[in-house]
Formats: sequence, structure tokens, C-alpha cells
Amino acid sequence: MLDVQDITMRFGGLVAVSGASLSVPKGAIVGLIGPNGAGKTTLFTIIAGFQAPSAGRVAFGGQDITGKPAHIRARLGIARTFQIVQPFAGLNVRENIAVGAYLRHARRADAHARAEEVARRVGLGVDLDKPAASLTVAGRKRLELARALATEPLLLLLDEVLAGLNPSEIRDIIPVIQAIRDDGVTILMIEHVMQAVMNLCSHVHVLARGRMIAQGAPRDVCADPAVIEAYLGKGAAGRIEAGEASDA
Amino acid sequence: MMRTYLPILAIVGLIAAIPFAVTSNTALNFVVFVLIIALGAQGWNLLGGVGGQFSFGHAAFFGTGAYVSAILQVRYGLNAWIAMAAGILLGAAVAWGIGFLSFRAGLRGSYFALVTLAFAEVLRILANAVPITGGAAGLLLKLDIGVLNLQFASRAAFLWLALGCVAAGLVLCRWIMDSRFGAQLVAVRENEDAARALGVDVLAVKLKAITVSGALTAAAGCLYLQYFLYLDANIAYGVWISIEVLLAAMVGGRGLVLGPLVGAFTLHGLGDLTKQFAGGIPGIDLAAYGTVLILVVAFAPGGVLGLLTRLWTRRAAAQPAGGRA
Ligand SMILES: Nc1ncnc2c1ncn2[C@@H]1O[C@H](COP(=O)(O)OP(=O)(O)OP(=O)(O)O)[C@@H](O)[C@H]1O
Ligand SMILES: [Mg+2]
Repeated sequence: MLDVQDITMRFGGLVAVSGASLSVPKGAIVGLIGPNGAGKTTLFTIIAGFQAPSAGRVAFGGQDITGKPAHIRARLGIARTFQIVQPFAGLNVRENIAVGAYLRHARRADAHARAEEVARRVGLGVDLDKPAASLTVAGRKRLELARALATEPLLLLLDEVLAGLNPSEIRDIIPVIQAIRDDGVTILMIEHVMQAVMNLCSHVHVLARGRMIAQGAPRDVCADPAVIEAYLGKGAAGRIEAGEASDA
Repeated sequence: MMRTYLPILAIVGLIAAIPFAVTSNTALNFVVFVLIIALGAQGWNLLGGVGGQFSFGHAAFFGTGAYVSAILQVRYGLNAWIAMAAGILLGAAVAWGIGFLSFRAGLRGSYFALVTLAFAEVLRILANAVPITGGAAGLLLKLDIGVLNLQFASRAAFLWLALGCVAAGLVLCRWIMDSRFGAQLVAVRENEDAARALGVDVLAVKLKAITVSGALTAAAGCLYLQYFLYLDANIAYGVWISIEVLLAAMVGGRGLVLGPLVGAFTLHGLGDLTKQFAGGIPGIDLAAYGTVLILVVAFAPGGVLGLLTRLWTRRAAAQPAGGRA
């Protein structure tokens, strides 16, 4: 469904993403993990059309969309959330979600009905009339999710929607994400919370310093020495193995 | 759905009744002038208040409406109604053009404000120089009373005409606010990136807003011409009108449908009162404007209407507790 090919992104002298490729099959939940500053969010903004890559191409549903602006990609069915939440602060929860719903529903009554439906689905049903600015961190993350969902996407890009949530809030939202996938929405998610990655993702890509260094099933990827080194520093994998050997 | 139009109906009805209660020419002049400003301010409010794109050059649209209408009547002998329609259309076209150039270049905030000011100033200087506008001498519309000429013997009749335009503008704005376009415009004001992510074509929404905005303010320019029957570059394209419409919307409550009307009455009401009490001091009404603006910005960012709503909800919230005591 999504094919990202050899994407490179330079900011002046800094190469944030370097020749990264990944693909997401229809109906899957695919994870994108990697240390801080690896270029994950940058890759997301390129997929969603917020930045043009220095090189490489993005295809969606077999169609090259590299040159298409963000709002057109949203119409084609790509929705993203923002790592740093971007609520319409002056509006209430219902109005926030309705902006997303208006993408597929021209009439106000329809858009609002759709917004309420989505709000209930992500657990914001009781907060509909609250100003978005008054929501807690968890509430704002749910709002990001709800707005994106209200556009009725085919592909949902989730950028650390679990970051900043406590363990019980994370436990609450994992089934919500699962249910979204079960409804036929394909998901690509950036996530640091490994418990969630293990639970949700069928396939994981690992980005480190702008390069894809590993991919596969979550369990295999976590055991990959290259991945451990990317997170913990050079030689870490060897030290861990040595440590385990001496413990035995 | 119809319920949202009730406040408009009430306030328009109230103003329509003024000529039955008051017959003084000064008072009727005052109301007509305020209505013209209010109409222009409705245009500003749609773009600046609802859409968050602060223009400092709405004179460009006011002046274009007025000049086009005047030139067509004076130079080409066109019917006043048709001339007014043409003025509104051209005002909208100029607005679209300015919007296209500045929004496509990604101008926002103070940059957008400055560029709109620059456009209005260029038009003012041009209008002062080229022969078709009458140059510095201006354009005088021949006094020829008749409904076909959009000139009325009675001030009350003109008041109702201006009020009709204001009412149409209010209904249009209310309708926009309740539509998809309105929701998208507010979204653009609140957060452009988030709006884009939700499929909003930000440039298209801004262009639509500035075009309708220009049409409304151009209509105010046409009314001004029909009432005072005279134009020159400093009236039509002067900074005064850019400030008037901006202030009225800000003071009344930016982003609120009735804000501009309430703001125009508040500002000019206070301005006239100050003039009566301290009439000797030239420019005292302007000082009053400044004071009101500072007070609004500091204490009532939602304007007069925002303040009233806040007081009202606080009172409503306090009532049950008071009942128990
Ligand atoms: N617009 C930009 N201009 C310049 N540098 C940028 C820009 N956006 C990102 N970067 C840089 O690119 C690198 C990758 O950033 P990015 O936000 O994509 O990382 P990330 O993997 O999402 O990290 P995190 O896990 O902390 O969210 C960082 O060094 C960042 O400072
Ligand atoms: Mg990131």
C-alpha cells in the first residue's frame, strides 16, 4: 500500500534521512523505531507531504505521490498525527474532530455526527464540549488520533501517540489502535514504547542516524546486534552477550 | 438551524426601528455612517477575525468598490445599481489578486499586514495621479434623487438600504461560519499545519476568504459613495478606513458574526460622546478610539461581545449557588 524508496533528506549540512526505504502492506500495523534524532519524524513528514525529500520517491496504492501536496495526500487517504500535538486550541473537541470529518462529509450535520462517533471510539465521548486546550496530555494524544481518524484514512501514520502516557493509559489505548486496524485501516507507527510495538506490530523497521539498519518481526529485530548497538552504543551487543555468558 | 439567525434578526429589527424613534438628521447620519463602517468591518472580520489573516489594507477593497462605482456612473453614465454590483465584483477581484500574490508567497502575520498596507498605499497614490479618477480633485457624483440612482431624499431610506446590506452580510457570514468552508477557515487560523494534515487546502481557503472579504468591504465603499456623493484618493484608499474596519471588528469581538456591528456602534458611540464632552480638543475622538482599543486588547481579547458572553455565563453559573444561599 505504501512504498518509500531511497528517501534522502538534507537540512543544510545535516543528513537527517539517508537512502531509507520501507514498505507497508495493506491491513498491517508496521512499526518504525530508532533512537532519538534518527530521522523517524522527518521520514513521516515526507510521507505525509509536509516536506519534499532531497531524493527518493513515495508511492501510495501504486501511484507516485512524491510531488503531491499534503492536503491532496490526505484526500487520497493518508492521515498523520503530530509527535508534538497540534490541537486547534481555540476550538472544542467536537469542532476539532469535525475539521477532519469535513474532508469526506460536506454537510455540517454529517460532519458533526461523524466527529461524535469517532470521539466515542477513541474514548473522548465525554469530552466533546471541552475546549481542546483544557485536555490532559493523554486527552490531546487521543484528539490527534481522533482527528486523523475522522478523515477516514486508508493509511494512518502515528507519531509516538503513546509518548507521555502512563502505563494504564497505554493499556487503554492499545486495543483502540487494534480496533482501528481491524476496521481495515493500515497503520505505520513510530513508537518508543516497546511493549506496544511488541503487542501491535507485525513488522518493524529500525532507523538509526537516518539509515535503515534492520527490519523484521519485532522479536527478531530487538535481538539484532546492530539494533542493540544503535540504541546502546558501539560494542554494546558484544558486552551484553559476554555478560550473559559469564552469568551462566 | 434557524435559531442561529435569531440574534441577527433581533439586532437588525432594532436598528430598522431607529428612524421611527429618532428624526434628528445628526442621529440618522451617525447611524448610516456606523452601518457603512460595520459592513466594511464584516469584510475585515471574515478574513482577519475568522481566518486569522490580519489585513492592514482593506482600504484597497473599499476604495476599489467606491471608485469603480463612481467612474462607471460619472464617466460612462451607467446605472447606479449596476455600477455598485461592478464595484463589488472588482473589489473582490482585487482582493483575490492581492491574496494570490501574498498567500502564495506564504506571507503571514505582520508580513501579510504590511503587504496589504503597501497595496492600499500604491492604489491611493495611483488614484491620486491618473486622470480617470479625477486625480487630486476627486470625483463628484451628480445629485439626482431617485431609487434607480441609489439616491434618496430621506435619510431613513438610505439607512434601511445600508441596513439591508449589513443584514445580508450578517446572514452570509453566519452561513459561512456554519459551513465546511467556515470550519476550515477557523482551522487555518488556529493551526495551518494541522489543517493541512486534515486535507484542508490552506491556500484555496485563504483565497476564498479574502475574496468574499473584499466583496463585503467593497460594498461598504459603494454605499459610502452613494451617501456622500464624493470621493478622492484619501477617502477611498486612505489608511483611515483600513483602521476603522479593523478596530470595529476587534472592539466588537473578532471572529464573531455580530462583532463588527457591535464594535462599530461602540467605537463611534464613545467617540461621539467624547467629542460632545470635550469637543474643543481636536482629535479627542481618536484618543478615545485608542483608549478603547488598548482596553480591549488588555482586558477583553474577545471584544465587547466576548466580554458580555463571559459575564453572562458567569452570572448564569453563579445563579444556582445564589438561589441556595
Ligand atoms: N526542519 C529541520 N531543519 C533542520 N534540521 C531538522 C529539521 N527537522 C529535523 N531536523 C533534524 O533531523 C534529525 C532527525 O530528526 P527527527 O525529528 O526526524 O528525529 P526522530 O527520529 O523523530 O527523533 P525523536 O525520537 O526524538 O522524535 C535531527 O537531528 C533533527 O534535529
Ligand atoms: Mg520524532
